[in-house]
Amino acid sequence: MSSGNGNYRVLGTRPRRHDGAEKVTGSAIYANDVQLPGLLTGFVLRSPHPHARIRSIDTSEAEATEGVFAVISGKDFPEVADKVADLGEGSVNLSYLSGNVMAKGKVLYKGHAVAAVAAVNIHVAEEAASKIKIDYEVLPSVTWVLDAMADDAPLLHENLFTDHMGEKDEKPSNTAVHMHFEKGNIEEGFAAADVIVEREFKTATVHQGYIEPHVSVADWTTSGRLKIWTATQGAFTARQQTAEVLQIPISDVVVTPCEIGGGFGGKIAVYLEPVTALLSKKSGRPVRISMTRAGVFEGTGPTPGSFMRVKIGATSDGKLVAGEAWLAYDAGAYPGGMIGPGCMCVFSCYDIEHAVVDGYDVCMNKPHTQAYRAPGATQVAFACEQVVDEIAEQLGICKLEIRQLNAAKEGMRRVDGPVYPRIGLVECLDAVAQSDHWKSPLEGENRGRGIAAGFWFGCGLKSSVSASVNHDGTVNLTEGSPDIGGTRTSIAMQLAEVLGIDTFDVIPQVVDTDSVGYTDVTGGSRVTFATGLAAYEAGLDLQRQMAGRAADLWECSADDISVVEGEFKGPDKSASFKELAQELFKDGEPLVARASVAPDCSTNGFAVHIADVEVDPETGKVTILRYTAIQDAGKAIHPSYVEGQMQGGAVQGIGWALNEEYFFNDNDTMDNASFLDYRMPTMLDVPMIDTIIVEVANPDHPYGVRGVGEPPIVPPPAAIANAISEATTTRFFELPMSPPKVWKGLSETS
Amino acid sequence: MPIVFIPAQLKSLTGGVSQVEMEADNVRQVIEQLDQQFPGIRDRLCDGDELARTLQVSVDSSMGARGLRTKVGDAREVHFLPVIGGG
Amino acid sequence: MAKTVLVTTTINGESTEFLCKPRESLLEILRDTLGMTGSKEGCNNGNCGACTVLIDGLPVDSCLVLGVEVEGVEITTIEGIADVGQLDPVQDCFLDGAALQCGICTPGFIVTARALLDKKPDADEQTIRFDLSGNLCRCTGYDKIVRAIQAVQESN
Repeated sequence: MSSGNGNYRVLGTRPRRHDGAEKVTGSAIYANDVQLPGLLTGFVLRSPHPHARIRSIDTSEAEATEGVFAVISGKDFPEVADKVADLGEGSVNLSYLSGNVMAKGKVLYKGHAVAAVAAVNIHVAEEAASKIKIDYEVLPSVTWVLDAMADDAPLLHENLFTDHMGEKDEKPSNTAVHMHFEKGNIEEGFAAADVIVEREFKTATVHQGYIEPHVSVADWTTSGRLKIWTATQGAFTARQQTAEVLQIPISDVVVTPCEIGGGFGGKIAVYLEPVTALLSKKSGRPVRISMTRAGVFEGTGPTPGSFMRVKIGATSDGKLVAGEAWLAYDAGAYPGGMIGPGCMCVFSCYDIEHAVVDGYDVCMNKPHTQAYRAPGATQVAFACEQVVDEIAEQLGICKLEIRQLNAAKEGMRRVDGPVYPRIGLVECLDAVAQSDHWKSPLEGENRGRGIAAGFWFGCGLKSSVSASVNHDGTVNLTEGSPDIGGTRTSIAMQLAEVLGIDTFDVIPQVVDTDSVGYTDVTGGSRVTFATGLAAYEAGLDLQRQMAGRAADLWECSADDISVVEGEFKGPDKSASFKELAQELFKDGEPLVARASVAPDCSTNGFAVHIADVEVDPETGKVTILRYTAIQDAGKAIHPSYVEGQMQGGAVQGIGWALNEEYFFNDNDTMDNASFLDYRMPTMLDVPMIDTIIVEVANPDHPYGVRGVGEPPIVPPPAAIANAISEATTTRFFELPMSPPKVWKGLSETS
Repeated sequence: MPIVFIPAQLKSLTGGVSQVEMEADNVRQVIEQLDQQFPGIRDRLCDGDELARTLQVSVDSSMGARGLRTKVGDAREVHFLPVIGGG
Repeated sequence: MAKTVLVTTTINGESTEFLCKPRESLLEILRDTLGMTGSKEGCNNGNCGACTVLIDGLPVDSCLVLGVEVEGVEITTIEGIADVGQLDPVQDCFLDGAALQCGICTPGFIVTARALLDKKPDADEQTIRFDLSGNLCRCTGYDKIVRAIQAVQESN
């Protein structure tokens, strides 16, 4: 496929989004806005203990409460085989998934769902839930990854044995997986190094922090089919997971993805769908549960905390020659954390000839981790980018130049094996050098500038669309990718571009699982790329059909019809898309096109961020003075939405860097499960986030699109740590670099 | 004739061999041939009759192919990688 | 059993009556009793601003106000920010400036921004950021929201 930054009519413009008016007037329907006759409200009861056996559950008093229509607990769920299902993006062990939806026999973290009530309103449901009597046998618990790896650690799963790529240890463990990667000869590499820096890092658990909590509505009362309306990043994966947990055929389930208030990876696993389904079945009424905010923090999927050791060696000219990483990531209550991508990303920005990476996926009494925007990459970037900076300091080399010298390029082999195709890190670093930010001197006390690079794969996966022509020349585009950030418009723009029509002559709809072909999740930075590709191909299909019909109409051969900028031209007749659509409506088959894609590639997104900070030594507060996010988007379809992804990811990263953490107390429970104390950035905490979009076309997409959603969260903690080091000459190796920690660190070094 | 890269964790089965060049149409044939050369490697890469659910296959610059039927005939390189999910 | 209370108030310029229990929040009344789902629930304890409405022109988290407290006041919700069939300049600038991604925080921001611009039409960037710091957004990083509000100022 050709690509390139040609002159496009529609691509690169900034139209209003198709769903914009609904969103700014509050009339868009999110899952909590769905109204159904007889709708009941549900509430989930959660474990107060981080680790305990459930001796008994007595729901009788709750069931007898007036206004209560159903109560369920683990026993209401079918037994699920200990098997792994392919979710399209990642895979999941179904018994773990089911256990996480509602505990059976054992609770593994504070917040683990143990029962649920459906009642006339939330107040009755909550009160009834408080009457459920559960007899717990409290067990010892563990919430720090190194403690969980110790031989004498409390065991979460009796039948979990460390897996070393298909070979399992004999003794049960909390360590579910050990991964190991090698490149070159590590001894040789370090032997050749003139300078070696080795550091240890810790990062705390952080949450995606979407403002809309999880919400699901289920109606399993008539016709035998289970109808679900939910806040999900993927209706098809929600359907499959729900069907598996309930042990019913997927064809019995239809999922409508409502407008969704943020996801970032946290709304891919199901939590409420099977619960509301059973409550609906038992009560004979539709049921909605909207998770409490505390429930979201304690009962859904934050991203792994970590312990990392990274060692890099370089020769005196600044060439990085050897890299070693030892990475232990939280999996939370069940195996299946983000250690894989962590291992693959730790050295992914640099051409290091010799490398060894060991990674461990470790269970502990915390909620089961889920993806958070480039899952696993932010942690390792915090480590690697600081070590690279220290090497530059020791060698007296400019921190931008050392990155340019070693930058990953086409043809470089990553430590996990694959070779990069055409990528844009070099161009991003060049853009740093050319940027106004980099060229502007930073003056003043306690001020410093830091840069950091980051990488995320960006996947392809499966998307289906169909496109039907209305006789007024507009096109209905049906697709299955929940729109979290404006993608229905960027997809419509790609169809409009290929057809030569206006963006608003394409009417995109995100539809339910009955109405469109299989489509993988909105996540993995894939939607503008893959669903856009499907829309593009549907457009080509439509053009072929219309050209063939025009040939009939104009009595010539289809070979004599050409399409130039949307205009169909025959030997002596021509018509615009609109004119031809009107004409063809009169008789003959309706014009309906379809496409489904499963591109098997990464779009390889690189980002480099520049952060200027000022540190107050008296309080430890770090103020971001100026911030620039630079990223290779391949081709920015709608530049405002690309900028929005860059800015949003940067600010999430700033929160991760400077304040966000799950604060676990001595009882291994979270002390700060609210937005007050899990303190995410407010508007006051950040400056404008300047953006520079670099476009190095992706050879695997007709318009050169690369996924942009995830890379921007990778560099910020590293860039800020590097900036703080410049400002104070003190380095911080733990996240978050919150005021008490910074103050303490500065006091100790001064 | 792709070069098949042996995952570092399986080198104990291959006596340290990290790459094997071979003729094969698809991943199933690759694994069969590897198992002939290095007995036991098939059980490490597969769950029963399928590629292990925790693995994906990278063929040249593609990522995410997950079946034993994945074609490799014209490829230059084949790698076995952990499955990654995005967010 | 708590008494059901009859409340009379004005919402978006219209006199409105509703019945509620003393423990029900204004947010619950708006969404569940009156079917006005434009104000959103993000946290239910006053920390995210997604439920912001104006009471006598002042932005408040409606999850922190009880239904029984709004007797006789004037409430403005997102549904009443603009006239029927129109968009307020704040809404227009949010759309033109792509100042929303998932949109869940957007009603709260628009209500708060409208009140800010009515009271402080020449607010500088710092004032905009300070006065809107009670509204959390997780998607946009706030940059385009600030610029959208500045665009409203520039168009006046």
